[in-house]
Parts: sequence; structure tokens; C-alpha cells
Amino acid sequence: MLSKTGVPTREQVESVKPDRERLARGPVAVIECFQQIPCDPCYTACSRGAIQPFADINDLPRIDFGKCNGCGLCVAYCPGLAVFVVDETYSETEALVRIPWEFLNRPEAGQKAPGLNREGKEVALVTVKRVQPSPSKNGAYILWLAVPKELAFEVRSIPVK
Amino acid sequence: MRIEKHPILEFQKGAKIKFLFDGRELEGYAGEPVAAALHAAGVRVLSHSHSHNRPRGFWCAIGHCSSCNMRVNGVPNIRVCIEPLAEGMVVETQKGRGRLDV
Amino acid sequence: MYKTEILVVGGGPAGLAAALAAAEQGAEVTLADRNSDLGGQLVKQTHMFFGSKGQYASERGISIAKILKEKAAATGKIRILTGATVTGYYEDKKVTIEAGDKFFPVEPQRVIFATGAQENTLIFPGCDLPGIYGAGAVQTLMNLHGVKPGNRVAMVGAGNIGVIVSYQLLQAGVEVAAIIEAAPRIGGYYVHAAKVRRLGVPILTSHTVIKAHGNHCLEKITIAELDEKRQVMAGSERDLEVDVLCVSVGLSPLAELLFQAGCRMGYVPELGGFVPFRDDCLETSVAGIYVAGDAAGIGEASAAMVQGRIAGLAAAASLGYGKDTFLEKVTEAGRELTGLHGGPTGEKIRTGLAKLTLLAKEAV
Repeated sequence: MLSKTGVPTREQVESVKPDRERLARGPVAVIECFQQIPCDPCYTACSRGAIQPFADINDLPRIDFGKCNGCGLCVAYCPGLAVFVVDETYSETEALVRIPWEFLNRPEAGQKAPGLNREGKEVALVTVKRVQPSPSKNGAYILWLAVPKELAFEVRSIPVK
Repeated sequence: MRIEKHPILEFQKGAKIKFLFDGRELEGYAGEPVAAALHAAGVRVLSHSHSHNRPRGFWCAIGHCSSCNMRVNGVPNIRVCIEPLAEGMVVETQKGRGRLDV
Repeated sequence: MYKTEILVVGGGPAGLAAALAAAEQGAEVTLADRNSDLGGQLVKQTHMFFGSKGQYASERGISIAKILKEKAAATGKIRILTGATVTGYYEDKKVTIEAGDKFFPVEPQRVIFATGAQENTLIFPGCDLPGIYGAGAVQTLMNLHGVKPGNRVAMVGAGNIGVIVSYQLLQAGVEVAAIIEAAPRIGGYYVHAAKVRRLGVPILTSHTVIKAHGNHCLEKITIAELDEKRQVMAGSERDLEVDVLCVSVGLSPLAELLFQAGCRMGYVPELGGFVPFRDDCLETSVAGIYVAGDAAGIGEASAAMVQGRIAGLAAAASLGYGKDTFLEKVTEAGRELTGLHGGPTGEKIRTGLAKLTLLAKEAV
């Protein structure tokens, strides 16, 4: 359970997942923010109006998947590093998952790495496709990982070392 | 114990200098806290409790507690977590509460 | 005699925001801080801040320190005294400052105390061994001075500081063996917890450290699981080999000067300890003395900046500065503060503030 272990439940993850049709249309932001905290930069970062205005700064973010084009600005500006972009149209067998990255272990494009789930367990071998300096220009990067399609909502990191 | 590279931070360091710790010559960077230089050199015991002589390290690292009091250039009770390191500094483990000797 | 219209004590997020707000309204401000540089604990905070645009959300703490310092310098109305410790508040409303080899009195018309907080300790056998450090202390050592605290760390406390510093230890290349939390729930924001969890750091809620072992320095700790009554469950003890234990079990407001100034104080556990009664503009029971930031009650730096702004605006207005814009600006700041304290994570602070208000009424 999230409050006990830091790992969100399956139900929580399902609740923020775009539907099958939207996933079939290309990259989309997945906001894994499950706690009401005073924070709204995802809304201010979104240039497409996809992330809805906050009536109360403690609201959970709400996203209109129809307006989201998966640009990833919210990945760069979320202080909780809780936003990912998932593209299930990447290939027949693989999805592309974009994760925020702030570690010295900066893989190169083409490199393989263990894919970790939300518990830090290795669940796949993934390929780093792109290492993008974060649009926030604050030293962070966004890693584009090719992961087995069935693990698009499992892989959320690579190891620190 | 130095962080050579950091994903977010760049560390501005002063000149590399030498100082003495209990008679031993150590290296550090000018201007960094004495405690940081000692820690980087592997020295973690900075003082001892007065009653039971138990070893003590730093605690707060911002000059608020007195866990890191040492004798620096002959002056006792210096909070080495905020005392800038200088060339040739003489840093000593303090015995007891310290004497002013003035 | 050194005279100033507004003296701000402490140059962290609250103090910087207070000085800035007051100076922008036209007041002449002196900002005194005992450290060699302004910014308080922002200077070691590499994580991006929560909140909203008004509190520089998404900026790293280190960048916010820079922004506030530059803005403060740009006003041209703030005299900055660094390495300057305010040592006392006297009956004739003067304060004394010790700065290097100088010791001098200051006569301010208004004072804003933004003195911050200190880290709490945790008492258990062996808790004084070198290698057992405050989590904030480790953050200073590593993020400000570029020195690793050790090779393998255990963190006690899964509040925001505990989970954030754990993540920063990983960034510095230090292994984090576990985060140990006595409460049955993680106290910090879950997004921070999720960040370290997906990198494989176990978060052990309902656990505590019962003993530290080591000859001169920390070598090992014994941890154990706690039952619902927070008693150690027999047989659950196990050892973790670590050379550093970070203690992150809360902060206490630095209230000494507020006591000296005669401000009416109350012990409010939800706010971390002794804090002064204050009105909506952060003015204490002593007219002309304001409080902001952790000294007003432990909270997030985002809220501290807003409190500083309110206190700065109010102190300036009380001297006749910016009266035409005061209401608009302070209303906006008040709205921001209500928002920051408004959600489920602000419940503790709201409870604390309510107690304080109740106590204030009783006192009248």
C-alpha cells in the first residue's frame, strides 16, 4: 500500500491509465499522483490545456487525454517526478516510456539497462532510446526507454548505478 | 569520501591546502568547514563527552549544537562544522571543557 | 547607534521573503543572518519545490535561494549582514548583534523573527556514536560541501526530510539500506516515497531503531518491528550494517529570541514546540514584533516564504509604506497560505494553528 510502502496499488495505477483507444493513438502523459498535496506545476507547465485548472491547489491533477499529445513538459516540471509518458504505438512488441532522471548514471542511447518496477525490482531488460536534457533546464534528464509492451505500466526506472 | 561528480550540483572549491589534525598532516580545501575536511579524510570522531569520554561526531553541521567542538589554533570550543579551513591550521581533539590560557 | 526601520532576523526562505516584501513596499530593511551566506537551508535543497508559481514551484531550493538573493539585492533597500548573530532582545527594544570581532546594539522600529528550526534528536542506546547524524546535517555535508557521509546509510523517519535526503544520498552515490519509520504510515509526500522506492530502497513503516553498535564509530544498528501500540514485537529484531544513521524525526522552532522579546508563547506539538501567538499578519503579542517560517511553526518552505511576505508587507504598512497596495497584496498572500495549508497534508498545521488561536482567546 502506498502509505505504508511507497508503492501505489494496482487499483491506483489503473485509475490514472488512459483507455485502450487513447493508448492506441500515440504518446500520452500518465500522472501517478495519488495524494492531495499543495502542488500545481503540472497544470502551469501544460501548454495544451490538457491538465485541468486546479480549483484548490490540493486537488489531484485531472488530465484530458484527448488534448494531451505526450509532449512531456509535465514530466519535466512535476516536482514529485510522478509523471511519465507512455507510447504504446512505438513498435509491435515495445512501448516507449519516458521517465524523469536525476542521477549520474547517464546511459547512452542504444544502451541496455535493467528495467525496474515501482518496487525497484528488475522486471525486464530495456533499451535506452534517447537521453533528453529536461526542458526545465535544471540538470535533469528525461530517459526514453523501449520496454516490452505488456510492461508499459510496470517499468518506471532503471538502477542508480 | 569526496563527491567527485554530482548529477545536479557543482562544487566550488578553494585551493587545496594542508592542515594539522592531532599532529597528522591532512589535506582539505581552503574555506570549507574544518569538519567537512576531516570527514573527507576519514576522521569522524571529533570530540568526547565530558563525563564518560564517549566519542562524538558532528550532529547538526550548521553551528547550532556543540557536538563538534574542537581546539583550533589553540582556541578551545570551536564549532568546526562552520569554521572555515585555512592553510596550516592546527586542529586538535579537545580534552575536557577547554582552557583559555590568557 | 545602528538604526533600521525593519530588522529581519534570519535569511532563510521566510526571512528573505519578508525582507524583500518590506523593501519592495519602500521600507528600509536590515537582514541579519548568522551564516556566511543567505538562503538558510535552501542552499542545500536540490529537489524541486511543490506549491504554485507564487512560491517558485518546480524550481530547486538552491535556485530559489539565488532568485531571492538577487531580488533582495536589486531592491537597493536591504542592508545585508552575514556572519551576524542576533544574540539578544532588550527591554528598551534594542537587539545586539555579534559579527566576527564586532558586537553592537541595533535599534529597529520593527523586528521580524525568521530564525528557523533545529533538528530533533532520537534517544536510544548508542545514539551518540559518530556516524549518527541529523538528516539535515548530512544534507549540508553532501550538497553544500561535497562530502559523502559514509558508504551505507539507514534513515530514521519517513517524513519529507527523511525521504528527500534518502533520494539525495542516492544522487551522491551513497547506498541507502532502508528508511525506518515508527508510525504505521509514511509521513512525507507519497511521490517522494515512490521516488526512492522504485530505486529499490525499502521503506519500513512500523519499525524503529533500538540500538546502535560500534567501536568509536557506527558499524551496525538493530532495528525491530512495532505493534499497534508501538511496542517492539518480540523476535522481530534484526541488524543492518550501516556506517551512517540519519535521524529525521522532526524539527523544533528556534524560539529563544521570541521568548526574550516577551512574546506570548504556547507549546503546540503540531507546530513542533514553542511558538508565539500571532495574528493573521504574523504579528506577535508584542506590537511591532513579527514571526515567519519555522519559528512560527514547523512547515514547508513554500509556506514559510508566503508567511515572510505577509509579515514583511504588514511591518512595512505599519510604518506607512505601501498602504495603497497592502490590502491587495496581503489578501493574495493569505489566499496562497490558506491553499498551502488547506489540503489533507496541512491538517496537522491547521490543528496546531487552531489551538494557538484558542489559546490566544483564552489569554485575552
